[in-house]
Amino acid sequence: MAEQVYDVAIIGAGVVGAAIARELSKYELTCALVEANPDVGMGTSKASTAIWHTGFDAKPGSLEAKLLRRSYALMDEFMLQANIPVERLGGLLIAWNDDQLKTLPALLEKAQQNGVTDARLVAADEIYRREPHLGPGALGGMLVPSEGILCTYGVPLACAYQAVLNGVTVLLNHPVRAIHTENGGHVLSGPRGETPCRYLINAAGLYSDEIDRLLGHHTFTITPRRGELLIFDKLARPLVNHVLLPVPTAITKGVLISPTVYGNVLLGPTAEDLPDKTETGTTAKGLQLLMEKGRAILPELLSEEVTATYAGLRAATEHSDYPIELYAAQRYVCVGGIRSTGVSASLGIAEYVVELLRDAGLGLTPKVEFQPVRLPSIGEAFTRPYQSAEMIAANPAYGQIVCHCERVTLGEILDAAHASLPAHTVDGLRRRTRVLQGRCQGFNCQGAVIALLARETGQRPGALTMLERVQNA
Amino acid sequence: MLERADVLIVGAGPAGLAAAIELKRLGVREVVVVDREPDAGGIPRLCHHPGFGLRDLRRMLSGPAYARQYVHRAQQAGITIHLATTITGWQGPRHLSFTSPRGLGQIEAKAILLATGCRERPRSARLIPGSRPQGVFTTGSLQRFVYEHHLPVGERAVIVGAELVSLSALMTLMHARVPVAMMVTELPEPQIYFPYRPMKWLLADWLTRTPIVPRAQVTNIVGRQRVEGVEITHLDSGRVERIGCDTVIFTGDWIPEHELARLGGLALDPGTRGPQVDGAFRTSARGVFAAGNLLRGAETADASALEGQRAARHVHQFLSDGQWPERAWPIWVEPPLAWVCPNVLHPTESLTSGLAFCSHEFCDNVRVLVVQGEKLLHAQPFRRLVANEILRLEVNWLTAFDGAAAALRLVVAR
Repeated sequence: MAEQVYDVAIIGAGVVGAAIARELSKYELTCALVEANPDVGMGTSKASTAIWHTGFDAKPGSLEAKLLRRSYALMDEFMLQANIPVERLGGLLIAWNDDQLKTLPALLEKAQQNGVTDARLVAADEIYRREPHLGPGALGGMLVPSEGILCTYGVPLACAYQAVLNGVTVLLNHPVRAIHTENGGHVLSGPRGETPCRYLINAAGLYSDEIDRLLGHHTFTITPRRGELLIFDKLARPLVNHVLLPVPTAITKGVLISPTVYGNVLLGPTAEDLPDKTETGTTAKGLQLLMEKGRAILPELLSEEVTATYAGLRAATEHSDYPIELYAAQRYVCVGGIRSTGVSASLGIAEYVVELLRDAGLGLTPKVEFQPVRLPSIGEAFTRPYQSAEMIAANPAYGQIVCHCERVTLGEILDAAHASLPAHTVDGLRRRTRVLQGRCQGFNCQGAVIALLARETGQRPGALTMLERVQNA
Repeated sequence: MLERADVLIVGAGPAGLAAAIELKRLGVREVVVVDREPDAGGIPRLCHHPGFGLRDLRRMLSGPAYARQYVHRAQQAGITIHLATTITGWQGPRHLSFTSPRGLGQIEAKAILLATGCRERPRSARLIPGSRPQGVFTTGSLQRFVYEHHLPVGERAVIVGAELVSLSALMTLMHARVPVAMMVTELPEPQIYFPYRPMKWLLADWLTRTPIVPRAQVTNIVGRQRVEGVEITHLDSGRVERIGCDTVIFTGDWIPEHELARLGGLALDPGTRGPQVDGAFRTSARGVFAAGNLLRGAETADASALEGQRAARHVHQFLSDGQWPERAWPIWVEPPLAWVCPNVLHPTESLTSGLAFCSHEFCDNVRVLVVQGEKLLHAQPFRRLVANEILRLEVNWLTAFDGAAAALRLVVAR
């Protein structure tokens, strides 16, 4: 059987790749979203700070500033439509010393240049009125009302779900080891076979420099920047009302404290450049540093329990802007090295990349129908299934709580296991439903969840807990 | 759907069920127990080994048999138990909302007893760094894995902790045929005290020959998808050692399940992190009582049940006379003491069961003092405070304390 030649193949199903796949699925095209991991959004996307950036502090005139600006409106509409958890809490930059205080007017001007017109400077008394639990010493700040928080798993998931609904083929567990260019197109090859395509998009995140080299380019290098994060118990949520941002100075970016859409409080990230692209472990030093910084900003936070600790790797490059590049003759677009603002910019990036493909000669005929997508409600600001009398009356499984800490019901677990892009790993289920994300970290429901997922997906429990993989290795 | 009851008990574990049975025995008509689990009986349901029921039922039972006993007695007594029912919040002072497969609803009661139990603090709350692979458990999740869902655990385990519950983890691993590389404790020796010493000899020393490594701490978890090992740091030498294993069990380090208590605005004790209670199990909110492991982390099941039973008598008293003290005097602990419970006192009341307290460290030949301001109210010698052991302080000094003066403190004098 001849392999299908896709019009477009996208390497990398992180938030950027998934958003591009979704955008392309609006047109009469055959597309493949090719991902090395067993699920979408498994790299940089899964461990971001989940801030919905306005781009107020981007470099004015940069591509990043332009795409963040464009993306804001697109995200606003998409997240509402797709039921992605989001809360527009407002960002509050806090100056703790004179240097930071002096930076504020310039930051305000920058925000205005970037079209973030609702930003304004606030005095210390207003800061303490807005954030009564803040530690002492805040001198002044800047309020950016349109900054918010979002679900960092929800965006790539919803994009991928919608892309699948609209005909995109998602190839998971498909690492790309080599790329051959023939007849003006490309053939991606790896241990799972070959994927031929006419146009190629590199959205491989941390590995985008390596893919770029396979195509003969040497324009950037990814240095993984590890960011460790602490997630505090939901009982800490009343302590903070805004996204508390540090004032960036030349010396340090500092850490932020922010509520999460799941009702927790996040503290982080650290920033440490590493040689290894898989080093996502936390360190004693990193966690200690976060606790110290957190204590100064929000002292009471430290007496609450830590629910989770994790680390993510951001794709830092030597360039300050997004290195998005079209190689028209090669029918190749590189969308590599998208830094931490990527979730917020993703829809803007996708639209921009599709325009680049048009420039490169890809015919784009809009589909008559573009199927919408709607995620189950997992945000605390939304009505969750366990809170909905109608849903429970229609299906009692939505009233049967399996994960008590996060109040995830049997109905939601079954939905996730049978979605158009189903959860077939514990991690995938965790990200889709919030199971095992809570304060007990599985004390109560770990066994039940694994038994259930094994049954629903026809896998052996030992495979789900990676026991068999290790034994076979 | 609004239900009314005389007493609403949240939690159908040993404390909650024992309280319900006692309330019925005392003639209270409508006793409703709710539990978020699909089965009643609490944690003992999951502990498939003997060691339950000595003090309350006067016989030695396995955990599940013990749980069945209580469920059976509750049913016989005509107690309503709503299972798979999660209390989601407070609608009023003694008015709670719930969710269940039958739908949403509310229960209003004349008195509420919280018996929501406790959990072990997981690896993240303990800030243990490293990667986040599969294969990290608490005793609770391990027992459910093995006994409730019959899932494979691993090939070689490390147990973090060396206290009574760690032996429970060891027994569960024995049942699952998982060899244990070692038990690791930060303290200088295991915290397994009389009368459980023979269990330690039998299980750890003789049957499984599990080395117990004292003064060592797990400082890193290694492995990408599955645990491949842990790094332990020897606290005295600073030496770091890598232990190969695919399973890590974090045991003990209890924290009360206090979410509902906090959502209701109940005052918490900083030591126990459970609701503040006086000798009559009264919390800071009128008509709301608390008992069992919610008060201070895990006691044995029989102790929790006896506590629930005692609490029930005070609940019954409240139903008949409506008395609720205006003021209470807190009692704090100073390190190395971890907590004291009850942790608020009334000068006029007697404490039938004494004051329970617990130390973070081993202390030999010490006196435990009760001090109010500069005044020494009580001094009690202890040959040894075993870390994590729940000990009792005499309370004959209670009449001596001054209701007008400063807060009381519990301190250790060497």
